[in-house]
Amino acid sequence: MNEQQTLFDFMRQQSDKLAAQTLQHIGLTFISLFIAVLIGLPLGILITRRRKLSGPVLGVAGVLQTIPSIALLGFMIPVLGIGAKPAIVALLLYALLPIVRNTFTGITGVDPAVKEAAVAMGMSKWQVLFKVELPLAMPVIFAGIRTATVITVGVATLASYIAAGGLGEFIFGGISLNNTNMILAGAIPAALLAILFDFLLSRLQRLNIRKLKTATATLPLLLLLFSSFYFIPSAYGGKLTAGFTPEFMGRQDGNLGLQSKYKLKIHTIVISDAVMYKAAYENQLDVISGYSTDGRLEAYHLVVLKDDKGIFPPYYAAPVVREDALTKFPELENTLNLLSGKINDSIMTALNYRTDYLHQSPEKVAKDFLLDNGLWKPAREVNMGIVRIGSKIFGEQYILASMYSMLIKGYTDYDVATKTGLGGTKICFDALTNNQIDFYPEYTGTGLLAILKPSLKTVDSLTLSKDKTYNYVQKEFQKKYNIKWLKPIGFNNAYALMMRKKQAKDLNIKTISNLKRYLESK
Amino acid sequence: MIKVEQLSKHFGKTQAVDNISFEVKEHENLILLGTSGCGKTTTLKMINRLIEPTSGEIFIDGKDILEQPPEILRRGIGYVLQNNGLFPHYTVAENISIVPQLLKWDKKRIEKRISELLEKLHLSDDCRQMYPAELSGGQQQRVGLARALVADPAVLLMDEPFGALDNVTRSKIHAEFKVLDELKRKTIIMVTHDVQEAFELGDHICLMDKGKILQDGRPSNLLFNPANAFVQDFLQEQRLQLEFKTIKLNDIWRWLPILQKENKTKVLPADTDLWTGLEQFKFASSETITIHHDSETKSASFEQLMAAFYQYKKQQAHE
Repeated sequence: MNEQQTLFDFMRQQSDKLAAQTLQHIGLTFISLFIAVLIGLPLGILITRRRKLSGPVLGVAGVLQTIPSIALLGFMIPVLGIGAKPAIVALLLYALLPIVRNTFTGITGVDPAVKEAAVAMGMSKWQVLFKVELPLAMPVIFAGIRTATVITVGVATLASYIAAGGLGEFIFGGISLNNTNMILAGAIPAALLAILFDFLLSRLQRLNIRKLKTATATLPLLLLLFSSFYFIPSAYGGKLTAGFTPEFMGRQDGNLGLQSKYKLKIHTIVISDAVMYKAAYENQLDVISGYSTDGRLEAYHLVVLKDDKGIFPPYYAAPVVREDALTKFPELENTLNLLSGKINDSIMTALNYRTDYLHQSPEKVAKDFLLDNGLWKPAREVNMGIVRIGSKIFGEQYILASMYSMLIKGYTDYDVATKTGLGGTKICFDALTNNQIDFYPEYTGTGLLAILKPSLKTVDSLTLSKDKTYNYVQKEFQKKYNIKWLKPIGFNNAYALMMRKKQAKDLNIKTISNLKRYLESK
Repeated sequence: MIKVEQLSKHFGKTQAVDNISFEVKEHENLILLGTSGCGKTTTLKMINRLIEPTSGEIFIDGKDILEQPPEILRRGIGYVLQNNGLFPHYTVAENISIVPQLLKWDKKRIEKRISELLEKLHLSDDCRQMYPAELSGGQQQRVGLARALVADPAVLLMDEPFGALDNVTRSKIHAEFKVLDELKRKTIIMVTHDVQEAFELGDHICLMDKGKILQDGRPSNLLFNPANAFVQDFLQEQRLQLEFKTIKLNDIWRWLPILQKENKTKVLPADTDLWTGLEQFKFASSETITIHHDSETKSASFEQLMAAFYQYKKQQAHE
């Protein structure tokens, strides 16, 4: 794991996955595009006939365009669940605006004298549409489809958040895993696809007007062909379906370990952490990769499967701080250590439950906890320098960041700037080493496996012991990055496989080995 | 042939056409003349139902035009637009064959008809596969005319057909227009704002203003017996030229001297207009011209022609 891999090596090694993801990506793009053309073209024509509708229709399509893509995907989940369906709907909604707008502009832009001549010669409404308006508007409509294609290829990378596959799996997996090659293996093909499709469509568009009739006929066929790609890779199933985060997929203490140590073979889809628990609760997934202190564990009646072969190393949380920040803010270390040993697993789960499920704000949860433990002090409102706190993009980190913020304001003369919601380990850690934040809460396991990436043998020798892991990362971080691990907060937020309580009981699955035996039984 | 009765069209509160009636006889050429916004184009477009009237009736060959579906009606009426309205994505041949295809003619018949029209309209056969953008303005207008004539409709509607052409091209096309046999068989209604054009091409002129017909008559009626001050003012600027062009040599026949002795000058028929007669002096530099009418032959010098013209005008004013 330690030696630097080149991008090419990575792509060759993962060529199966890369091909599958690329095909999924193309399929996803073109199914959405095909349906978007199917809806957008007639809609665009309709609003040229009923001009009063054009304002509202273009307005709604415009508003859809402004909704952030992740939010739109999020909206789809309660209605359409996870997987391809919501992804396709979301993508087609994005593709709709350029197609509808360009159809409308193209047709209204046809010379009125030509239209009048067509009518005056005795053409029917449909003849005017198909023989005059559409052929003359075609270049503009094509330009709209091109724009839609490029948008769709881009947004389709986000489809991996809701288990629809595509090149986003590599991109987001790579961000979580601090693996630049993985990010590029997803990002470069995605960019190439966008350029390639834009180029192909531009060729189609530049064809002689005469040949456009043929081009117009081939376009739907081409779209259908590309769309079919999507069904090829997803045409397999299994007894149980697992949903793993992109990060879990690529980790030694994740799916790789499950495969090498447990020999677990399960039909797996890649999904974002944000929707995974709910999907399990709604029977769309059976086994998920979660965190052992996650509040949703309680909320969605899930149970952790025992890791009987010990592949998940301890994940004790502790703040990681830049050495120069400790020098600059002498009171910082003691203040941060106020929290050490105060939060065990069950307390953390309960706190997470309040934010994730009861939707209380992390600030309120943090303040309540500090008050209950007699740690809270009112802010001093003085400014002797600003401590910058980072956090990753999930509830637990938000709570911890809030607690630290309140402690620093209450116990020291420093002010605080928080940069919460930094995407993954890579983004957070890069922010720390690049001196954009001063500290953030990290987990020993993550520090070991995602950042230090020692050899397999070293990992094996460390992961069963909490203290060994902690000591190792503390020493290495100091040496390599000049970053200090402070005292652990107390809880162990390790990776875990989990299932619905009821299903686990019915199938009599308590450990990961049980799961494996069940999957292998007929 | 075409009868328009009490036709009106309102656009909201605007009265575009206000209760007008007129009639066009078979093979006649009626000009709707007027300034922009006088309602002439609206009137024209109501005849092929591009615009539906608010009230009133239109008959073609005694049949109410509302009796048949508009598409069928339009296929039997030729239509020429100011900006030609050619389909930019169709070749010349395809543009011309639109109506025959709607009428489901067979291919051979269409091809034959196209060749015939191209020849009559002085378009080379190479034009066939060209796109409208590759043609000159005059050529485009000819193709537009060919497209309107292709199915040999009895009625031809023309909306400022020569309005977009330069003066030289226009007078060339005017001259061809007058001798084209295809057009002689047609009942034509043409819209124009160009007084000269109206007088040159019209058998009959309806001068319109603010949705009403102010005068409906032969060009000479409008000139010498204007119905009101507006008609007079409308023609005032070009009056002399219009008079020269409207008056034929046989109109002034009685004031011309009998030919005394044979000379070698060109003999003009008596239905030549005065303008052409006067032009002979300029170009042939002969002292007199010779005019033939029935069995009689007369001759005149420039001064004698002008004197006869003056006499004619004096007489018109007394009538």
